Amino acid sequence: MAGSIEQRIPLGAEGAVSLPLLDRIHQWVVTVDHKRLGLMYIAGGLVFFIVAGLQAMTIRLQLAIPNAGIVPPDMFNRLMTMHGTTMVFLVGMPILTGFFNYLVPLMIGARDLAFPRLNAFGFWLWLFGALLLYFSYIGGNGLYGAGSAPDVGWFAYAPLTERAFSRGNSTDYWILSIFLTSVGSTATALNLITTTFTMRCEGMTLRKMPVLVWMSLVVSFMILIVLPPLSAAQVMLLLDRFVGAHFFDTQAGGSAVLWQHFFWIFGHPEVYILVIPAFGFASEIIPVFSRKVIFGYEVMVAATVAIGFISMSVWAHHMFAVGMTPAGNAFFATSTMLVGVPTGIKIFNWIGTMWGGKIRFKVPMLFSVAFLLQFLIAGLTGIMLAVAPFDWQLTDTYFVVAHFHYVLVGAIIFMIFAAVYYWFPKATGKMLNEHLGKWHFWLFFIGFHLTFDTMHFAGLHGMPRRIYTYQPGRGLDTLNLIETFGALVQAAAVLCLFVNVVRSLRSGEEAGNDPWDAWTLEWATTSPPPAYNFVEQPVVRSRRPLWDLKHPDDPDSKYE
Amino acid sequence: MKRWLPILIGLVGSPIIAFANDWGMGASNAKIPPPTIFTPVSTPANEIDTVAYFTITVCAAIFVIVAGLVVYSIIRFREPPGDDGREPAQVYGSNPIEFAWTTVPILIVFVLILTTARTIYSVQAAPRPPDSILVHVIGHQWWWEFRYPELGVVTANELHVPLSDRAHPTPTFLDLESADVAHSFWVPRLAGKTDVIPNRKNTMWIDPHQPGIYLGQCAEYCGTEHALMLLRVVVEPRPDFDRWIAAQKQRAVADASVDHGRQIFETTACVNCHVVQGTAAEGRFGPDLTHLMARETIGAGAAMNTPDNLKTWVHDPSTIKPGALMPAMNLSQKDLDDLVAYLVTLH
Repeated sequence: MAGSIEQRIPLGAEGAVSLPLLDRIHQWVVTVDHKRLGLMYIAGGLVFFIVAGLQAMTIRLQLAIPNAGIVPPDMFNRLMTMHGTTMVFLVGMPILTGFFNYLVPLMIGARDLAFPRLNAFGFWLWLFGALLLYFSYIGGNGLYGAGSAPDVGWFAYAPLTERAFSRGNSTDYWILSIFLTSVGSTATALNLITTTFTMRCEGMTLRKMPVLVWMSLVVSFMILIVLPPLSAAQVMLLLDRFVGAHFFDTQAGGSAVLWQHFFWIFGHPEVYILVIPAFGFASEIIPVFSRKVIFGYEVMVAATVAIGFISMSVWAHHMFAVGMTPAGNAFFATSTMLVGVPTGIKIFNWIGTMWGGKIRFKVPMLFSVAFLLQFLIAGLTGIMLAVAPFDWQLTDTYFVVAHFHYVLVGAIIFMIFAAVYYWFPKATGKMLNEHLGKWHFWLFFIGFHLTFDTMHFAGLHGMPRRIYTYQPGRGLDTLNLIETFGALVQAAAVLCLFVNVVRSLRSGEEAGNDPWDAWTLEWATTSPPPAYNFVEQPVVRSRRPLWDLKHPDDPDSKYE
Repeated sequence: MKRWLPILIGLVGSPIIAFANDWGMGASNAKIPPPTIFTPVSTPANEIDTVAYFTITVCAAIFVIVAGLVVYSIIRFREPPGDDGREPAQVYGSNPIEFAWTTVPILIVFVLILTTARTIYSVQAAPRPPDSILVHVIGHQWWWEFRYPELGVVTANELHVPLSDRAHPTPTFLDLESADVAHSFWVPRLAGKTDVIPNRKNTMWIDPHQPGIYLGQCAEYCGTEHALMLLRVVVEPRPDFDRWIAAQKQRAVADASVDHGRQIFETTACVNCHVVQGTAAEGRFGPDLTHLMARETIGAGAAMNTPDNLKTWVHDPSTIKPGALMPAMNLSQKDLDDLVAYLVTLH
């Protein structure tokens, strides 16, 4: 059939556009092009972002007033489990993987990733895993009246996940789906590491790579180290459930705390796996819109590597209340606070980059500045949670919910939006509308603060997380109503983004190759880039090859 | 449109109807100060309060300085309108500055670590004095069992402890265990939370300095009714506490006028799960009912303990607490009335 298409379609750009729909879909399905796979990851992630967002809206409506009856308790528990699992594994991971997929080869002047087929394999595994999780809504009923979607919480504490307490198959769907997406992530990590080490263009030493490529390297190594404990725990849990092993089965002498260790050895570094890409976006966007080179490149990279290492020794700060020894609590409090030092260094360096610049407040920069302030607050509430005795009060309350949404939304989602506005012109050749973008930003910013700032206070007022309702008369009514209102404002903001994307794809302003006057290699090729990325392999002499081209009198290579 | 109207009204109205019936809990809660962590009345909560204020102050200072720098730079260094488009001076970094903003945070972290460690040890490593009260707390899906092994009392959901004098402290030590999944015991005004984990024994202690009722609840997700696994701690002066203990040690009141209700209780499934001392009821899965009417609430704080609520509960607990593990008893109206008439004699 492929041959007949070539005979029917004349060569050239116009011929490519008029391809029949089925053939175009076929091209996307069989593609091994890193750009197409990257876009498919991002698009898939955005679809699940809508799904998880609707789940969050339902949760917020149920909690808007005390004793509300919008959803029954078991459905609420499924919603909060699916919201958490979806946001981490089906939104955060694929979108960030997608950006790395798209950008790393372009930024290092390569034509594709080292293993294009492995890349496609990883994507389809992720998609299959994602669909498997959602198929649980249909297939979770192993026994009559048991199950539907998983309802054990996204960290699925044992022994609630054992057969005795979780009948039916919903937990099995949860286990297998996460296991599959983990295999996909591992494949991508291997691919990115190999690509970065072997396929950089001439002149691009490790110390001349863009910061974002360094971030992808650190994240990929972290994935290789921390996903195996999660997968191992999933296999153990599966053995518990199907062949009567007793790893976490407390009724037969298993350990509930063991699961918590396994999960958080993965779970805490996972937060950094998600936020380090956001650091990467900020380190590309803030310099371009401040018109200045990144301040302290080596320190930025070293700080990220330090975060990568330290973040693997902090996991038990999720477990200060499980009754560890005082020495154990003191150790994990110490390591957790230490991670604040390199994180602080990064914030200071971004400020150093803006200092003395000429800041242009385009939409990507607005999101980046909000990211700086919100990530600062997230870090400081993180220090509060690291103070183990304070954590005995705060853990498992809405204060924690507020804290990690400050990281996951205030830092990561804000930077994902920044990255979408920044690289959309490269990927599509069309600009996103600046006016609608500003509506998106301000609505999202206001909604975010209405929702998540108030959650801190609900936690201090004694509201535990994961409760489907709360009683009147406990001082929680007003706070929760404000949170729900803020959630609706955020939903309106996300609607602006989708309107913007659709309008721009139909009739957006042409972007040209380099709309932001930027400096890294992806802006040297056309928008969208051709399948082979670059006609000739580029040669670079500094971290900002396009700066060197634009300022031949004063190139970076003189200073690095 | 007309066809959709009832559905629309139903959608909007149902939460409001649900809100209308809180089984008397809203009015009861409103009489008790809200459980915020910043009004501590017990030593562990006080110590946490102190370290919390210190940490918040340090973090607020850091926030003001760093956020000030961000705000200053976005105002001061924004590109002026009509700019000539020339690039600003490129600054690649500075080792002395990097050194400074590495060292200062390390010093701050050092101070915080010392403060943290001191509080951890003073709360966790406190020895149990001989005249303290010991309570075994057992978490169940979705209620609390309290056993006083040295005093021979078993009760549920409302923990009674004696007031502790600062001069002569009589703290209460809690041994925490779970009968099923992981829970967490949390009464914010008395102490931080400690997880209640099956196959593991945890310990915590409280020494309340002020009489009153303190609200708390399970803080670790434990299944369907996690939200309604509430608890109350009743702190009373020692003589009152001793009187309560003495009353709890009595066998159940036998009132001949409610014999029919007692017979229903003893001949239906009730006895499989509940204890009433001095009767055939020796079940272990549910709360001890010997002195049911000494408790203000039923269903682990889901409803006020009134005859009407008891009837609703016994008829079908899921009306009040959907997913509760007690089955609907489906008694005839007469049997239900007689049974509840018996239950309300269990003072």
